[in-house]
This record gives sequence, structure tokens and C-alpha cells, in this order.
Amino acid sequence: MRDKSRADLVNRRRFLSAASLAGAGIAMTRGASATDTTKPDPLITEVQDWQRYLGDGVDKRPYGSPSKFEKNVIRRDVSWLTASAESSVNFTPLHELDGIITPSGLCFERHHGGVAEIDPAKHRLMINGLVEKPLVFTMDDIKRMPRTNRIYFLECAANSGMEWRGAQLNGCQFTHGMVHNVMYTGVPLKVVLDEAGLRPNAKWLMLEGGDASGMNRSLPVEKGLSDVLLAFAMNGEALRPEQGYPLRAVIPGWEGNLWVKWLRRIEVGDQPWQTREETSKYTDLLADGRSRKHTFIMDAKSVVTSPSPQAPLKYKGRNVLSGFAWSGRGTIQRVDVSLDGGRNWQTARIDGPVLDKSLTRFYVDFDWNGEELMVQSRAIDSTGYVQPTKDELRKVRGVNSIYHNNGIQTWLVHRNGDSENVELG
Amino acid sequence: MSSWARLLAAGIAVGLMTGLSGAWSAERPRVGAAPAEPAAKMGLGREALPEEIAAWDTDVRPDGRGLPVGRGTVKQGDELFQERCASCHGEFGQGAGRWPVLAGGQGTLRADRPDKTIGSFWPDLSTVYDYIRRAMPYGNARSLTDDEAYALVAFLLNLNDIVKDENFELNDKNFASIKLPNAEAFFDDDRETSEKKFWNKDPCMRNCRELPKVTGKAISVDVTPDGKSGPKVD
Repeated sequence: MRDKSRADLVNRRRFLSAASLAGAGIAMTRGASATDTTKPDPLITEVQDWQRYLGDGVDKRPYGSPSKFEKNVIRRDVSWLTASAESSVNFTPLHELDGIITPSGLCFERHHGGVAEIDPAKHRLMINGLVEKPLVFTMDDIKRMPRTNRIYFLECAANSGMEWRGAQLNGCQFTHGMVHNVMYTGVPLKVVLDEAGLRPNAKWLMLEGGDASGMNRSLPVEKGLSDVLLAFAMNGEALRPEQGYPLRAVIPGWEGNLWVKWLRRIEVGDQPWQTREETSKYTDLLADGRSRKHTFIMDAKSVVTSPSPQAPLKYKGRNVLSGFAWSGRGTIQRVDVSLDGGRNWQTARIDGPVLDKSLTRFYVDFDWNGEELMVQSRAIDSTGYVQPTKDELRKVRGVNSIYHNNGIQTWLVHRNGDSENVELG
Repeated sequence: MSSWARLLAAGIAVGLMTGLSGAWSAERPRVGAAPAEPAAKMGLGREALPEEIAAWDTDVRPDGRGLPVGRGTVKQGDELFQERCASCHGEFGQGAGRWPVLAGGQGTLRADRPDKTIGSFWPDLSTVYDYIRRAMPYGNARSLTDDEAYALVAFLLNLNDIVKDENFELNDKNFASIKLPNAEAFFDDDRETSEKKFWNKDPCMRNCRELPKVTGKAISVDVTPDGKSGPKVD
């Protein structure tokens, strides 16, 4: 382990010097802040209001909220994407986040019939179909069952779906923001299925939501018995209404559409139901006109969140390049970063927990000399899957898949530090 | 059976299950063991009553399982559709604004801009019935009767030229015999074989490609919302 990180460090040094070589001749400016460093800083020499007067008392914000200086850190939608706000999506501001946990209020939303507001005392979960005894549970029943805590990413299969034909949306919030990473508390689905007793011919489960869309999806019973959770909490508190309060399915590593919110019923059957969401949607139309179905697993993917169009480089000299990587097949083993559009690659530094089917944080600490950069990242997971380029993906799938676009993203960083979403040829 | 014997039996059953689902168990998280398997039923929850199951279990499968007894004609469906559905889906299912197009598009799946409708894309008719009955009309879900849902599905078959006769009656007896044109075009996920080359032991690190050129820019498409603005927050 230690040898590996040393090797990474050596490689990184080599890489950084290569990057600076590319820009030889351009004068490096240090710090480059606009302040005049010869005069004392009044923020230090003069007493500021917040240093003299008392601030708010303890109960001003009984449920805390972010600083007013963070008011731009919000989910945003792309209004032209969908017909109505109740059947729409908004996007996680990935460029504003760090670490691996997504704050509950910033987790992207995707609804098919708006946000159901359900009194937990009025919520019921039914298990029926091929079981020994069909059962009805209250939320109180569910909270008396053995529970577990797990951190998992949830990615919408349509994340990056607007980018199949070329660069379209200018910001990682919009190109990659249909992903979030949360610690769930919930009951293993197996516990609930055991309580009802699966019949021997049980092969598929149908999960159904209690919202106005009655969202339903089929799930192989093997997955249901392995790592699926019925979650009632996220990041230590009750689920947010927009994330399925009071109960949602957690289907680790598999497309977000399966993670049925406001979960009210699980039916056990011997074949898939072929619901709207698994036939007319969430199937991948290929160039030859055929369609791949049951593409549950999210392939390994990564994105650089800074620099990115919403997070320009402000200074020459020292900078932090950062991003997320994730895989529905396991853990992230390695992330490579290129600053020259994929010609040369360097292994990034992974920091923080590396968990199964979770976002993983990577960094490259680098000196920027003001040269144009073409920033890319490439995830490699524990099964050896290497995130493909967009063109490699298009070659095998065409451009009409909509779903499962995990191609390598390119940000063009201009000499003034601004970045934009580009397509390379 | 003593409680120890029960524990042992449960252990064996779990072992068998894990063995059978080998493909999944390989993916199980290694960090932190799953909670201990319960040795017996927890005794939580209560038996679901037949009336309760009937109220929620409205799903329909391609083989017709779950279809309620009922019937409706193309003609009846046309009338209902114009009244309850056309404001979003258009008089002929052509879609209004960004609302879903329901008819047409046959032969476009390999085209530059495929038109994925019930007639051109959907594999199973049961999906139409299941979806209408659980979620339509949008904003007033579960307000249609079983017969009205049959009539609407019949009309949608007519709009898609799958049924020509406007006196055609769709019912629980003839439903499963009707096949949609694109049914055979779907196949199970095969990425782990068809995209095997993405499992690459030795990805290139140096001089991996020609000097890249920018061939497209998101800003030229100009469809990105202003990243600085957003919904009003107080």
C-alpha cells in the first residue's frame, strides 16, 4: 500500500513537470490575488462588525441552514427538458461539494408525479404475490426490524443523457448532477421477504411507489436478497420528502429509477412485469434499432468538478483539481487524470473512504501556469472496468441510447481560467 | 425443534441461498457484515386482507395476468381520449408541447431522431393498460374505470394502426393475443460480453492519442440555464 502511494507520488511529480514543460515560456504568477500586498489589510487592522457585536442566539435557526454567503449552492433544473415541474428533474451542484457525502437538501430530485407528502402514521408497506403470507407493515413495524447503515451512490440512468450527440450543457451540475451519495439507514429487504416467506418459484419482485405516479419497477429476487435496503433515514435523519419520505428502496449500484420512493408495495412474482419505466423508458436503443433492457448496473464513471464551467480557475500557481468517481460494480480502484485531452494520463490521489458502490473523491494538487488545459478523468473499478471515452461508447451504442452515458468528460480550461464543456475529435 | 437446531437450520438455508445467488453475493459489500440472520419470524406486520390486496394490486403482465374483467371499444376510447387525454397527448396522440407522443413513429428507430411511441417502440400492450390505470390521467390518477382503461387502450391501438376497425372491442379475453410490432427488438443486458473491451488491464498512460482538437462546444448550443441564477431562495 505504502509502495503504491509512493509510486503514485513519483508519477504525479513527473506528470506535473510535464504539464509545466508544456507551458514553458509563460511567466508564472504567484498568489495573483488582486490585493495590494504592500499595504496592511483593513480586514485585519480594523475591527469588523462581527468581531464587535453579538451574533444571533441559539434558537434563531432551530433547524440549521447554510450561511447566506452560500445561497448559490442549490439544485437547479433545465426547464426545457420536461413537460412539467411535477414530472421533472433537477441537478446536484457537484462543483460546490467536497468529501463524498451529499447534503440531503442538495440531492437531485426526480419525480414522476410530484413530491408526495405522506404522514408516516398513514403509510403502509404491503408484501404480496408469491409469498407464504401476504403482509402489511406500518412504519412503526419497520422501525422494530434489524437495521443497517450503508453509504451508496444513486445515479439516474439518464445522467449525462443529454451529451450523447455532443457537448450540450455547460456545467458539471447539468452534465453529471443526477447523482448523489448518502448514508442510508434501513432494513435489509431480505428481512421483510423472510417475514412473508418467499415461495420457491419467486424470481422477480415488483416495487411500487405510493405517489400519484404509482411508480413500479421489476427487480430480480437475487438482488433483493443481497444488498437492497428499505431505507427510512438518510444522513442520520428521516428521508426528505423529495427522496421518498417515509420509505424508499435502496438498490446499490443499480440505476436510480429502481430506487422506488414512497415505497408502498412489493409484489413477488415469477417473471418481470414489463412496466412503463422498464420498457418505454430505461431501455437503451442501439444504432441497429434493437434495444437493450434490464441494464440495471451503472458502469464506472467519473467527472472533474473543479475546474469545470461553474468552477473556473482563479489563480495561477497552486490549485486543487478535484472530482468524483463511482462504479455500480464495486469500489473505485484508481482514477487517472489528463490535462491534455487524453494524450497523457496521471493517477490522481484518492482521499477519504473508498466504499463499495459509493462516490469516491479524488484530487490532483497542481501548479497552473496559465496554459490552456483539456481536463479529463478516467475511473477504473475493482472489476478492472475502465471508463471509456465518449467516442468508444458511441461506437458500440450509437447516440440514441439516452441512458447509461458514462463516457469521459472534457473541460476546456482557457488561459483566463474559464472552463467550458467541449467535445474532442 | 430446539432454538439451537432452528438457528442451525436457518444458517443452512442462508448458506444455500447465498450459494444459489453466487453472482450477487460476489458483489456484496465487504466492509461491515450484514446483521445477524433472524432465527425465526419477527412477528411483525399483519396479514394483508383480500380487499386490501385487490385495492393496490392492479398491475398487469404481458401474459394478461392481473387484467380485470372488462371491455371497451375503439369508438368509446376515442370519445374518452378527446375528453380526458388530448389536452396533453394531442387529438391523434401526436403530443402537445413536450408531453409524450403516443402514436406514429413506426420505422424511425434507426433514424437520426427516433420517435419512440406505443406503436413504434413499446414491446408490450399490458404496459399501456397498467400505466393508464395506475397513473393517468396525469394529476387525476386512478379516476378511470377498468372498462374506460380498456376503451383507451383500444383507441391507442387504433391510433397506431394496429387495430383498424373502430368497432373493435378490447377485453380481458382477447387482450393477451395482441402483440406490438417492436416486441422482438428487446434483448437482455449483455454489456459484460458485448463491451468486454472496456475491461482493460492496462489502460494507456503516455502518448495515447493524436493532438486533440475541439470539435464541439456546449456554448454554441446555448441551452444551459444561467448557473448563477436559480429558484428564489429565502
